[in-house]
Parts: sequence; C-alpha cells; structure tokens
Amino acid sequence: MAAPILEVNDLCVSYGKVEALHHINLRVESGKIVTVIGPNGAGKTTMLSAIMGLLPSKGEIQFRGEVQRDIEVEHLVTMGMTLVPEKRELFGEMSVEDNLLLGAFQRYRHGDRDEGKTMDQVFGTFPRLKERRMQLAGTLSGGERQMLAVGRALMAKPKLLMLDEPSLGLAPLIVREIFHIIADLKQTGVAILLVEQNARAALQIADYGYVLETGSIALEGESRALADDPRVVETYLGLGGKKQ
Amino acid sequence: MDLQIALLLGQDGIVNGAIYALLALALVLVFAVTRVIYIPQGEFVAYGALTLAAFQAGKTPGTLWFLLGAGVLVAVIDTVIAVRAGALGRMKRIVLWNLAYPAVVAGLVLGLEPAKLPLVAQAALSLVIVVPLGPMIYRLAFQPLAEASVLVLLIVSVAVHTAMVGLGLLFFGAEGSRTTPFSEAQFTLGTLNVNGQTLWVIGSSIVLIIALYQFFGRTLYGKALRATAINRVGARLMGISTTMAGKLSFTLAAGIGAFSGILIAPITTVYYDTGFLVGLKGFVAAIIAGLVSYPLAAAGAILVGLLESFSSFWASAFKEVIVFTLIIPVLVWRSLTSHHVEEEE
Repeated sequence: MAAPILEVNDLCVSYGKVEALHHINLRVESGKIVTVIGPNGAGKTTMLSAIMGLLPSKGEIQFRGEVQRDIEVEHLVTMGMTLVPEKRELFGEMSVEDNLLLGAFQRYRHGDRDEGKTMDQVFGTFPRLKERRMQLAGTLSGGERQMLAVGRALMAKPKLLMLDEPSLGLAPLIVREIFHIIADLKQTGVAILLVEQNARAALQIADYGYVLETGSIALEGESRALADDPRVVETYLGLGGKKQ
Repeated sequence: MDLQIALLLGQDGIVNGAIYALLALALVLVFAVTRVIYIPQGEFVAYGALTLAAFQAGKTPGTLWFLLGAGVLVAVIDTVIAVRAGALGRMKRIVLWNLAYPAVVAGLVLGLEPAKLPLVAQAALSLVIVVPLGPMIYRLAFQPLAEASVLVLLIVSVAVHTAMVGLGLLFFGAEGSRTTPFSEAQFTLGTLNVNGQTLWVIGSSIVLIIALYQFFGRTLYGKALRATAINRVGARLMGISTTMAGKLSFTLAAGIGAFSGILIAPITTVYYDTGFLVGLKGFVAAIIAGLVSYPLAAAGAILVGLLESFSSFWASAFKEVIVFTLIIPVLVWRSLTSHHVEEEE
C-alpha cells in the first residue's frame, strides 16, 4: 500500500458542547481519488474545515508524513493542501484572471514565479474561463463559478485537492462536465478528497469511499464495492441501483 | 467676498483636502482589510511631523525610543509564541524586524547628526522611524483580537489613540512645531499667489494616490489585500494570512499618515494632539464613502477641505462644528440610499 498523503486519526470536532464529528479515521493516498459521501448535516463540510485548519479539532492529522500541530491554514496551503469550499468563496469584485493569480499567491510568496504558465494550464482545462478572463467573478454563472473555484485551487499546484460538494446547485450537464474534469485531474498525480452528496457520480470516479453519517464513519471500502453495498444502494443510490 | 478671496480659500481647501484624502484612503484601506476603525491614524500624522521637527531642532525624537521599546515588546511576545509552538525557524524574522532594524535606525539617528542633513534625508529618517510603528501596533493591539467584533476593535482603537496622544505629549512636549518648507518658491497665477509648499502637498498627494492605485491594481500583494477585504475566508484558503494582510495595511496606513504629517508640517503648526482633528476630518471623508469606496473618499475629502476653508472665512469660530455637522446629513443620506447589511458573525 502506498504511503498516504493525508492520514487523519481520531479526529473530533465540537461546536461548543456539541460534538459534531466523532473519532474520524481517514486516509488519502497519493494520486488517488477518495470520496466521502453522506446526507446533509452529516459533518462532511465540518470535516474538511477541520483538516484545513479552519476549525479547531482534536486528534491527529498527518499531511505528507508530517504531523500537523497548531495547524495554520497558510502553512497547509504552502505544503500543498488546497480546499475548494462549498460556498466557492470567490473574490466577486475581481476579475477571473485576478482570482486565478491569487490562487498562486502562496507559491509566488515563496519565490515560485511561473504563475503565467500555470494559468495557461488551467485555461487548457477550463477553456470557458479563458473566454471570461476579464469578467468579474461575481458575474459568472454557477457552473463557471465552480470552474473558477477549482481553477483557482489548481493555481496553487496542490498535492492534495479537497473539493466540497462541487456539484451543489449545478445543472446535471455541468455536473457531468465537472466530474469529468475531476477524473482527468487524477492523471496529473494530484490526490483528491471529494466530499459529495451526489453519491452516484462520486463513487463512479473515486477509488475509495467513506460514508459519513451523523458525525461518524458508517462504512468504508473500495468505491466499486461500496456502490454494490445494499445499504449504500438503498440509502444513497436509490431504487435504480448502480448505474451502468 | 470677491473672487480673489474665494480663490485663496479654494486653494487652502484643496491643500487641506488633499491631506484629508490621503488619510481617508488609509482609513478605508485599514477598515476594509481588518475592520478596524483606525482612530490613531491622526497620531501618525503628528508623529511624522514632530519627528521631522525634532531633527531640525537638533533633538533626538522620542519616537525613536518608542520604536525600540515596541520592537522589544513584539520580539518578546513572538519569541514566547514561537518557542511554545516549537517553531524556532521564525526567530530570524522576529529578531531582524523587531530588534536589529530598530537598532540600526537608532545607530543612524544617533550617529549622523540629522540636524545637518538635507531635508530629504531628514524626512526619510522620520519615515524610517515612524512607519514600522504601524505594524508593531497592529501586532500588539489588534492581531490578538483579529476575530473580534467591529465594536471591540473600535474600543481598542480609541485606547491606542489615547495612549499614542499621551506618548506624543511625553516625547514632544506641549509646544507646537513647524518645519522648514520643501520649497520657498512663490508663483503668481493671475491674481493668485501660490507658494511652493502648496504645490508639493497637492503634487505628492496625487503621486501617492496614483501609486496606491497601481499597487492595488497591478501587484499581487495589492490584490491580496483587496482579496482579504472582499472575502476573508477565500483569501485564507489561498494562503493569504489575515495577519500578513493586517500588518501590510497598517504599514501602508502608517506610511500615508507620517508622510501627510511631513507634508503639512511646514504650513501648519503641529502639536502633539493635532493629529486627532486632522484624522477625524479624514474620517468624515471616509464616512462619506461608506468606508468602502476609495474614489468617493477622495472626493469627500476635497469637499471637507473646501467646506472647512470657506466656513473659516464666514464663521471661523464654528469651522470645526460645521465640518463635523456635515456627517449628519451624510449619514441620513447613506442610510436612506444603501441597504443595511448585518455584520457577519
């Protein structure tokens, strides 16, 4: 088994006295897509925020073989962890191009000045963004905003890309396009942690999956096995069963 | 009033307005990035002017000791934090900026006899002393409270202001000072006499505003500051730390404040507490802009400057009252025309 790029052991997160996540264990290996599926309110976004250092948590997070103590978001970004949050968090009053440039901020700060080249690669992946490069991010459509959020994250040249509900609020056609792109990103060697409600689409492109229910991991396994698991089929994939 | 007096008052108003514009820009910048309503902005004006005046009077300015003291304090706090976190790699930066830099500045000031230096060098030395106080004050007073509400930050801001005025009295005494003008030149435009310093103030304000515009529009660091102002979470996820953005905006604000002080020192007598009133007028301009729009803030500042100079002609006893009363109709107008947005939790 390859060395994991991200290893989370016994992660607990509390909001005040309420514990929202209980003893989560999770691994992501280099170059793999791992998905976490589960219903609304299961704690999926909380988990990503805790891993990224946006929320205080208990437990151990190892990223690229280093235990992260006093996790700071900025430090994790420098080390190659990038989160595309559920709300996108774009800079609405700035142009598409500026949004992308800022994605490379941490690399620029450490002397990596190839942001022009990286941007061309991102434009290669998302030709639509190139057409809109001078437009303000706030004026983009939902699908374009999601593309910009992913593109901006790629500008950081991440080792681990974490995506929070990339399909949320998007038309089915756009969802399919986004998932195609995520599957293609795997070829570039980046590890992906994909959090989704759209279990069918997520399990199709993922190598491994976890099912998160009310703050705990309820099930885990190879995504093909998960997709055949009767509990998953019934709860998340619907009566139609696995899509061929 | 005849045309000549009107022109004279107009000139006066524009000169003051240019300074208020610079301060208003700094206030908008600091508020947008850190949500701090930066009352001590005016103190940097006074510190800049009085540090320069102290050099010209052949004295060692007290701000130098402030710089050394604040530097030691920041270094001690950051060292404790770095040791606790086991991040000794940070020590180099801590020592360099908070101990080595102030020590070098002190060496320069004490070794060079600044009174004999040309004006430009004296002004540069003043900036070198006063500007780093900005990020240090951010580190000491505001960084630990970065997530606090606007009201808490405002209270801290008032406290910092009071402390800095008190220190100003201690450093510079109660007497006011004036510095020698940058230029003794006099020009006659039609019936209007224009002196060199007026052109200096207006010219450098315009240059500074254009430079800031370029900084925010063209450089990645400027864009990072704007990004933090637009979306703090999004910026953090790009690795733009709130602390870095805060320090950078406080540095810029301190630079703008101290530079404004150096510009006005030859045309008005600056006292240790002059900065407050000057800063407040910049604040009125910033309020006109709703603390968000830079061009509106600059326009508001010119309005404040003109209103001040014309009211000092007709009703000089009430000039401050008139200027500050302006804020009431402005607030009424703003609250009627703009949507109220609840502060984010």
